Amino acid sequence: MSGLALQNVVKEFGTFRAVNNVDLTVPHGTFVCMLGPSGCGKTTLLRMIAGLDLPTGGAIRLDGEDITQVPTHKRNLGMVFQSLALFPHLTVGENIAYPLRIRGAAKEDQKKRVDELLAMIHLTGYADRPVAKLSGGQRQRVAIARALSISPKLFLLDEPLSALDAKLREAMQVELRQLQQKLGITTIVVTHDQREAMTMADTVVVMSGGEIRQAASPIEIYRRPADSFVADFIGQTNLLDVAGDSSGRAVVLGQAIPGLELPAGAAKGTLSVRPEDVHLTAPSAGALTGKVTFVRDLGGTIETFVDVAGHQIVAVSTPRERPEVTVGQEVGIALTPDVCVVLKK
Amino acid sequence: MRREPPQTLGDYLPLLFPAAMLTIFFVVPFGTMIAVSFFQRQQGGFYTPAFVFDNYARFLSVFFGGVLGFSLMLAIIVAICCVVLALPFTYMLTRMARKVQVVWLVALLSILSLSEVIIGFAWSTLFSRTAGITNILVALGIMAEAKALTPSFGAVLTGMVYQAFPYTVLVLFPALVRLDPTLTEAARTLGASPLKAFFTVVVPALRNTITATLIMVFIFALGSYLLPQLLGRPQHWTLSVLITDQAIYQSNMPFAAAMAVFLVLVTLGLVALTVIAGRKGEAA
Repeated sequence: MSGLALQNVVKEFGTFRAVNNVDLTVPHGTFVCMLGPSGCGKTTLLRMIAGLDLPTGGAIRLDGEDITQVPTHKRNLGMVFQSLALFPHLTVGENIAYPLRIRGAAKEDQKKRVDELLAMIHLTGYADRPVAKLSGGQRQRVAIARALSISPKLFLLDEPLSALDAKLREAMQVELRQLQQKLGITTIVVTHDQREAMTMADTVVVMSGGEIRQAASPIEIYRRPADSFVADFIGQTNLLDVAGDSSGRAVVLGQAIPGLELPAGAAKGTLSVRPEDVHLTAPSAGALTGKVTFVRDLGGTIETFVDVAGHQIVAVSTPRERPEVTVGQEVGIALTPDVCVVLKK
Repeated sequence: MRREPPQTLGDYLPLLFPAAMLTIFFVVPFGTMIAVSFFQRQQGGFYTPAFVFDNYARFLSVFFGGVLGFSLMLAIIVAICCVVLALPFTYMLTRMARKVQVVWLVALLSILSLSEVIIGFAWSTLFSRTAGITNILVALGIMAEAKALTPSFGAVLTGMVYQAFPYTVLVLFPALVRLDPTLTEAARTLGASPLKAFFTVVVPALRNTITATLIMVFIFALGSYLLPQLLGRPQHWTLSVLITDQAIYQSNMPFAAAMAVFLVLVTLGLVALTVIAGRKGEAA
């Protein structure tokens, strides 16, 4: 099979299990974002794929070949570090040519490839500059070009955009995604920024506690989260306890929601509903009734905080579609079954 | 924080103490030495104030030129040996656990507490025929019979490298600790074996530190006068040995002073050359 496959990968530091039985298949040419809170094992997993750390169990295969014990420098990959790790004693051109020089490529070939890559990252003519003289975004591009100069089989990035300011980061996300699609290279990015993951990835892998919680397309992760951790971690959500009544209908905060059912065999669960799917209505028209406690008007969207029997529900709406409500007012909340996801407890 | 240049005389006050110390303990003795180097020597052990170039003229001979050349060469070899040995050692040390680092650094610092005399006699025992390390080689069957390794050039070199090694490690250590460890990791992901990564990334990135360390060890080794006498033959004696000899045993202060001044000038010249060469390399 072409692509990357992780099989039962385990990494232990002493008694601490940083990565626990991870199974993951990354088909050739896909863009994967590993997402999770800090300490979830995502960086350790990436370092094992790069060969900088060796797994204590399991196997890593690239294009069918077992590379678990292959040393880093023989894996033919490209990696961008969080610190970028550009060589301070080399110029931009020399940095990009480094992987070629190490492999003994001819001087003219090196120069040709450097020019190609500089054109690709829109830094034509920068070859002779010292890296210290570049801006943050330019250094970022140089690090990417250096990692891609041998056309590696695997492109790994560890929190690559975290040092950039918000505006530049958003632009680089789009640029990185377009570059990856143009080159068709298998890419794995570690990030804690879910917006970044949603922008770039074909597959988002949500990790927590050294395990994969869910691996699916961004929209699938958002619309059909596997559990309450994923639902809460990706975007904003309202999580409510749900129980089944005698006739099998789902009951939320004491109110049966027509058309909503619990998963087969479960008596209890957690209901996840995205704030933008919560619609405010007249008090009598909604499935639930509550009192508005706070309104955050952000101009483009308005967040309304509603207290329903001691639970807070947040509704996000655009100014046009939202009824005029003020703090202290009674409102109804409409919950339609198609926007609700019932998760196992 | 903004730093303003000193405005009033009072702002210079903190400088007064170090300036005074420098004047009393460095400028005055050095000035005296320069003055004495031009004095006229009196037969019988003393000198009278004068302004003659006899002492410098005497120095310009094949013999003293040879000793100066040997001293410089010895110091350069010691400096290179120390850096070549200490750089990989210190690099690996910085990648070890904190506890291991402390043990090694304490051991190295304890070498600094040994005087040159103790180091010299210890090595002359280790290199001797009767009690030396060759006996171990004989016991292991590697050598046929024990032999004396001292006095010899190798013995002088070993003693001086041993003495300067801890300084070299201590000077390199902070720079290597500060070196971003992801630089070598990046080199490895880009296709460099650990050894290649060391030579293509660690060494060039530390070029300035390495130059500074070379200069420091060179100057340190240039002043050594006990070890060449304890471990070497007369042809391995450095200019420092001859200066001591002239000043103390021959009671020829003006000539000793002239040699010392000459040594200082040659050293300064070499250091300046190294710095200029380093700058040029950086600009290229």
